[in-house]
Amino acid sequence: MSEKNKNVVEKEDVVVRFAGDSGDGMQLTGSLFSDSTAVEGFDFATFPDYPAEIRAPQGTIAGVSGFQVHFGHKDIYTSGDYADVLVAMNPASLRSNLKWTKTGGTIILDRDAFTEKGLKKAGYHSNPLEDGSLDDYKVIDPPITTLTKEAVKDLNVDHKMAQKSKNMFALGMLFYLFHRDFKSTFDFFEEKFKKNPLVVDMNKRVLKAGYSYADSVEAMRSTISVPPADLKKGTYRNITGNVATAWGFLAAAEKAGRELFLGSYPITPASEILQELSKHKQFNARVFQAEDEIAGITSTIGASYAGALGITTTSGPGLSLKSEAIGLAVMTELPIVIVDVQRGGPSTGLPTKSEQSDLLQALFGRNGECPTIVIASQSPVDCFYAAYEASKLSVEHMTPTLLLTDGSIANGSEVFRIPKVKEMDSIDAPIAEPNDEDFKPYKRDEKTLSRQWAIPGTEGLRHRVGGLEKENISGNVSHDPKNHQLMIELRQDKVDRVADYLPEQKVVGKESGDILVVSWGGTFGVVREAVKEIQEEGKSVSMAHFRYINPLPKNTGEILSKFKKIVVCEINKGQFMNYLKMNFPQYDYDLYYKIQGLPFLVSELKDKFNEVIEKLDQ
Amino acid sequence: MKQEALENIQPLSKDDFISDQMVKWCPGCGDHAILAAVSKVFPKLGKRKEDFCVISGIGCSSRFPYYVNTYGIHGIHGRALPIASGVKIANPNLSVWVTTGDGDAMAIGGNHFIHTMRRNLDINIVLFNNRIYGLTKGQYSPTTPMGDVTKTSPQGTIERPFNPGELVMGAQGTFFARGIDTNPKMMTELMLEAGNHKGTSLVEILQNCVIYNNGAHRMITAKDTKDDYQLHLKQGEPMIFGKEGNKGIRLNGIDLEVVTIGENGITENDLLVHNAHNANPSLHLMLARMMPPEFPVALGVIRAVKEGVYESLLEKQIEQAQDQSGMKSVDDLLFSGNTWDI
Repeated sequence: MSEKNKNVVEKEDVVVRFAGDSGDGMQLTGSLFSDSTAVEGFDFATFPDYPAEIRAPQGTIAGVSGFQVHFGHKDIYTSGDYADVLVAMNPASLRSNLKWTKTGGTIILDRDAFTEKGLKKAGYHSNPLEDGSLDDYKVIDPPITTLTKEAVKDLNVDHKMAQKSKNMFALGMLFYLFHRDFKSTFDFFEEKFKKNPLVVDMNKRVLKAGYSYADSVEAMRSTISVPPADLKKGTYRNITGNVATAWGFLAAAEKAGRELFLGSYPITPASEILQELSKHKQFNARVFQAEDEIAGITSTIGASYAGALGITTTSGPGLSLKSEAIGLAVMTELPIVIVDVQRGGPSTGLPTKSEQSDLLQALFGRNGECPTIVIASQSPVDCFYAAYEASKLSVEHMTPTLLLTDGSIANGSEVFRIPKVKEMDSIDAPIAEPNDEDFKPYKRDEKTLSRQWAIPGTEGLRHRVGGLEKENISGNVSHDPKNHQLMIELRQDKVDRVADYLPEQKVVGKESGDILVVSWGGTFGVVREAVKEIQEEGKSVSMAHFRYINPLPKNTGEILSKFKKIVVCEINKGQFMNYLKMNFPQYDYDLYYKIQGLPFLVSELKDKFNEVIEKLDQ
Repeated sequence: MKQEALENIQPLSKDDFISDQMVKWCPGCGDHAILAAVSKVFPKLGKRKEDFCVISGIGCSSRFPYYVNTYGIHGIHGRALPIASGVKIANPNLSVWVTTGDGDAMAIGGNHFIHTMRRNLDINIVLFNNRIYGLTKGQYSPTTPMGDVTKTSPQGTIERPFNPGELVMGAQGTFFARGIDTNPKMMTELMLEAGNHKGTSLVEILQNCVIYNNGAHRMITAKDTKDDYQLHLKQGEPMIFGKEGNKGIRLNGIDLEVVTIGENGITENDLLVHNAHNANPSLHLMLARMMPPEFPVALGVIRAVKEGVYESLLEKQIEQAQDQSGMKSVDDLLFSGNTWDI
């Protein structure tokens, strides 16, 4: 750190937003910044915000790709509402992201990009660098493109290639601003470009050039210092929700002593799970990229019948296609896990934006009486545990299980305190013994009602399963009226009894009071933050966040009964609220929803809670 | 399976595979003969009875798994092939068989059909082609000949039919055989060859639906015409057929033609000699396309070629990954790469 820099501003937490053209490498810049954040011992959360097109027209608002990082000394639950620092690589990214920047915040711009042409493409009628519209912000606008070229001029790289690394110049400036070390980033360059030392050298130089520039200009008069977070002892890493999901399944397969089978078809935003598991054949993960969504799940059912831990991954449109096959898994009482990384719907909807609108599809979107276990992950890291738990419940109860995540937690990342698989709960598959004379395909465990898993190749257990209704115990095809009703009741009862194996629903805050805020799935972080802040203001607000959707935890009704008003917050039009109403119609519900392809803001949630409090007080 | 284990196996018979379930196909249905043939072939494949898995979709043919005493799945419509693929990938040691119909495999399951062919997993498909939807009582199927009157085509179909063999060749299938339900001996031979083929095998059985499409294959099964309309292909032998045994198939330009031995100076030497192992599928395609009345129908193993088998390639990649990776457990993965201690 330079001697001349004496102004250090201390902050508890900081939000940095990177924005640029979708070809500018903003996702990478954001990830590299998060990696350096991680190494410094902060708690943090990230949120990528990118367009559906791979390369939308350059320089336009449609082509802007963003990545937000929130880090700090305190517990970080969200990727942050508004940015303290915005990096905008062109006019379009400034125009579309200024509204996410705090008044008085720092904006880093590439002056070279603010040409007449660039401004016009972004829809500016005057140059914001000159018309005073940025007067409320601290603007730092070096000619980044020019300085980048300058930095690498004696290297043998062409203009186009040099220009590609201008994002590293901006990153270098941030490293200066936040007192960061180059090491993790240099390590990344060396690993990523190990076959091309020239590119390693180029990126290092540009990063350093950005850092030196920031150190030398008056514009960067002060830097920002955030004390490291008070994290529990342990080994940590950074992880995204999709990778965590994939790893959770690997851990579950190992623990259950089953080989892992994934049958899946690429779909945004779930494809990374398929890609990640494809890399892990060393754990005997058998990954089958199917010809379509239906082949994805039906191959999974086949693999599960053959004794593998069967997983299929998709997003909303794919879940629709899998409906009939989920029915087959319910009927054959085989364990499979279906992951739905939810995105904006209906139809193709908003593929790269997040939503929670598949809940009712997950619960009820099938023909016939067709219950499955449904659980919802609450954060990127929780995807690891939720995938593990979904596998455990599915296998131990011989019931297909739906795991709901969503685009924001799937692509978002968090600090992950690494657990030891050895120390995780056991997974005990009810595997039938060879030559068991009492074996019957649909004989049930007294407690769980699950049937046994009789795996092909095992002596003395030959049997057939299928989509036609089966006689209980014997497993023969049966059209007997009473048997059909019995089987429907048994399949429901089997799922209901899973509640006996779930932890009780917890309440954050007082166990009774005026308002209970209810959330589920991926909105945990932001709702938790809003509730925390409002509790700190001394208001009677508690929170219950649901991970177990079907069955609901056994004490759900009891918890709901202790509050005057239940405010359900969700990124849909009230699906979970209606589900609670269906189960517990006697309570007073209110809904806060938003479906804009964007996460909740802490501020808007607090506004809603305050409004409900005021109404109650009247 | 290990060799010593194999030696301990009692020889199996047809009875080992007969299930205790009542067979509910219509009397006179061609499916009965197919069931008998399959039950005869299973004991000859050198597997334990626990190592068979029979999978089906929906349709009359798809009731099959209930009627053989093996492991099995009666799946959902059109999806037998991906279910079977999952079974085979999870446990390559199993002998996996799929029974399917022209509607199940060619219509609702058409996409799975072509992709299964190109992947070449070692599974065996028996396609019961009766050219009609039987279980739903008589609507036309993708293999119903153009112009046929059915419940959903009262004025005759206006769709050109699929020929399963063409799809097999088009999708780079490695084994295609065609048999007929009136010839049990041939069916058994074809299924045995299919079972021993490494890769996806398709055995098309021209099967008669006595209720909804009786006589669909009459021209090639009727006593008085069958010899003139059946060409029995044998590896390495000239393509000869006909009541008198004097008709043959010759290549004329880029087309096939029927010729008579002894006429216009034609001798046996002018006829095509069957080679199912030819990597080039052009001739196999032409043979599969032959239809009466211009041509006889080709029966027998039309194509059988060696190609990489999906699950073997997968096993190889798994072994390679295990050899090369330093990771022995998921803990190694969790702690790999960029981590830090607090």
